[in-house]
Formats: sequence, structure tokens, C-alpha cells
Amino acid sequence: MLEITLTVLILVGAIFTFIGSLGLARMPDFYTRLHGPTKATTIGVGSLLIASMIHFSTQEAGLSFHEVLVTLFLFITAPVSAHLLSKAALHRRIRSLSEPPPLIDATDHNAVTSDEPPRRPSPAPRPSAHPPR
Amino acid sequence: MLNIAVLIAFALVTAAIGLTFWRLLTGPDKPDRILALDTLYVNAIALLVLLGMHLDSALYFEAAILIAMMGFIGTVALCKYLLRGDIIE
Repeated sequence: MLEITLTVLILVGAIFTFIGSLGLARMPDFYTRLHGPTKATTIGVGSLLIASMIHFSTQEAGLSFHEVLVTLFLFITAPVSAHLLSKAALHRRIRSLSEPPPLIDATDHNAVTSDEPPRRPSPAPRPSAHPPR
Repeated sequence: MLNIAVLIAFALVTAAIGLTFWRLLTGPDKPDRILALDTLYVNAIALLVLLGMHLDSALYFEAAILIAMMGFIGTVALCKYLLRGDIIE
């Protein structure tokens, strides 16, 4: 029973890790590529670490808590790094499959309320949202 | 049965690392390459955990914790460099 559980957890983790990297290699766009490796981080490495925790807890006396540290750290840091990566890609105007949302300047409130079609983003470099300190 | 499962998992994670390396080498833009590096350290953690189970040694988790922390710091530093042109302002 224990061995079956461990086998299922290891296989699910490895398959999800592989699918995450397959999505990274095969997706057509950066923003869709960002989607794949997060699954590899959460489900893939998460179930591998749970399998390792069960394995070492049944072999030696006492629970083993190293895996909990790794799992917590990965689960906390994965959304932060994905958010920063998407911010960097938006900042660099990476080519996207969908139309980018219209740029809204701080002084131009008509772009929010009017019914006119969204403007194309201007090719001129706009000032950064955060002014340099 | 567990040994066979660990060997299959080794093969799958190694294939994942190969695909990630391909994206790292041919990624058209800089955020693609940073994302490939981010995925690469997660795959390295998975490989280290599998190696620890295969060799029945708990020593590899220290390396996994170190790789997790340093990989996150590296990703954040590279993204900050792309965003602001500087890391520590």
C-alpha cells in the first residue's frame, strides 16, 4: 500500500514536471509559456516532495521536515517570480498573441469611459509608470 | 516497483531539463531565457529529490534548499535588471 502510494506520487510528479517543460518549449507566446512551469513547480515538485517526505518518514525514526521547507519556499516564491517575469515582459513590449490593452495615461481619462475602439499603443517610448527617484 | 518508478521519473525529469535547455538556447527574447532559467532550477530540485530517494540519503535536501533560495534570488535580480536597468538602486 505504501509502495503503491509512493509510486503514484512519484509518477504524477515526474509527469507534471515533464508537461510543464513541454509547455515551456511548445507554447507559441511568452505569456502562454509562463503558464506551463508554474504547474511543474506546484503539482510536480510538490508531489515529489510529499513522496520523499513519506519515504524518509517511514524509513527512519521521526518525521523529516526538510521537504516541508523546500515546499513552502517554492510555493511562496513561484507566484512572485511569475509576477515579476510578466511585469518585465510587459515593460519590454514582448510580442503577444492577443491585442495588448490600450495604454491609459494618467491625464487621459477618456480612454476609460468612451466607446471608441481602443487605441493602438503608440510606438514612441512612453515614460515609465514609476518615475525615477 | 519503487525503483522502476524512480528510474522512469529520472527519465522524465531529464527530458524536461533537455526541453528547458532548448528554450534557454533558442528563446527569442530575454524574459523567455529568464523563464527557462527559473524552470531549470525547479527541475534541478526535482532531480535532487529523486536522487535522494534513489540513494536513500537525506543529504541532498540541503542542496535542494540552497538551490531554491538562490534560484529565486537570481530570478528576481534578473527581472529587476530588465525592469529598471539596475538591481540595487
